[in-house]
Amino acid sequence: MLALFLRDLKLAIRTGGGFGLALAFFLIVVMFVPFGVGSDLTLLARIAPGILWIGALLACLLSLDRIFQLDAEDGTLNVLATSPIPLSGVTVAKSMAHWVTTGLPLTIAAIPLGYLLNLPSIAYAWLFVSLFIGTPALSFIGAFGAAITVGIKRGGLLLSLLVLPLYIPTLIFGAVTVIKAVEGSNPMPSLMFLAGLTLLSVVIMPFASALALKANLS
Amino acid sequence: MSFCVDKLCCVRGNTTILSDVSFELATGDCLILRGPNGIGKSTLLNTLAGLAPQGHGTSTLDPDDIAYSGHLDAIKFQLTVAENLQFWAGVYGTNTVASVMQGFGLTELANRPAGNLSAGQKRRVGLARLLVSDRKVWLMDEPTTSLDADHTALITKMIDDHCQSGGIAVLSTHIDLDIKNAQTLELSQFKPEQARNNDVFLEGSF
Repeated sequence: MLALFLRDLKLAIRTGGGFGLALAFFLIVVMFVPFGVGSDLTLLARIAPGILWIGALLACLLSLDRIFQLDAEDGTLNVLATSPIPLSGVTVAKSMAHWVTTGLPLTIAAIPLGYLLNLPSIAYAWLFVSLFIGTPALSFIGAFGAAITVGIKRGGLLLSLLVLPLYIPTLIFGAVTVIKAVEGSNPMPSLMFLAGLTLLSVVIMPFASALALKANLS
Repeated sequence: MSFCVDKLCCVRGNTTILSDVSFELATGDCLILRGPNGIGKSTLLNTLAGLAPQGHGTSTLDPDDIAYSGHLDAIKFQLTVAENLQFWAGVYGTNTVASVMQGFGLTELANRPAGNLSAGQKRRVGLARLLVSDRKVWLMDEPTTSLDADHTALITKMIDDHCQSGGIAVLSTHIDLDIKNAQTLELSQFKPEQARNNDVFLEGSF
């Protein structure tokens, strides 16, 4: 599993790996918001948590179809299915690699972008922690969607439709954590829910993905 | 070691491709699957490998003994030849990459990105994976595709050596390979009699 994880990291940063894609998309979306809604600082501060979370979520969605599609196209997935690593282990390694190359950079980039949106200084720590805890759920749920659509060429639309509803709880609790922090009330309960959602997806999704992959192998 | 396949049915969707395939292989055996295009050679190999759903019948082949090589080479174009094989060595928990590359004439290609290789060279990297995996039973789908005569001979010798040293190989091919102890299995005999007319909408139309 470690070999697969490290290989996916290596592939992501090589040519055509799509490492910067999600990050660039996130930067563009968030930087366009002040142009779109105007430079009213109080308004920006109020919508900043939501914008940052939605931006991160959509950016994450962009790179999901690569998780299994590339390996399915060159036959690697078939060989992995006959290898000593169980398919659920394959999913864990690939979801982790996806998080390290997508979720983690987004989490770090959100801090300077929060400054662009006039996010109150009290909320930065909560923004970082909520994204850090919440984005693994995005990768694990996304891997499940990618596993279901792996047999379909250009399955991006179906993948988005499948995955976005599953992202809603994470989005709600993630954004509410930051909003509570901005308002000065206690963000801890929503953060706990967010952590619970992530743990649930980390436990359940690899097995669901393994079943979906098994059905899609030829 | 040995394994036995008894009255195995291979299915694709709702269609039975092959029915009642039976054979038994022991250490050192090599089975060559023959038959026209579309008869189900790949489907049988996939079923044995556990990639395709199994119909009736049983196979005592242990999934932990299998090394599978399909139509595709399963190599990453962005990685070098050595990195590709190193990855599979990591997956299978072995460390024989250097000696395998030596034996396959891949040493001078070690640092080339796999995407720059010719079709035949890619094939060799794909087949080298079987040696790296250090598994007993090789399932190979047309291993000699796009190989020249010299390398076909090299692969034939590799399969031969594998069987001599206690392994088992099951492969499909359209050309004659010079492998000792090889048994041939003609798959046309397992074609189900009513291969047509199993579409419920067309039933009775012909």
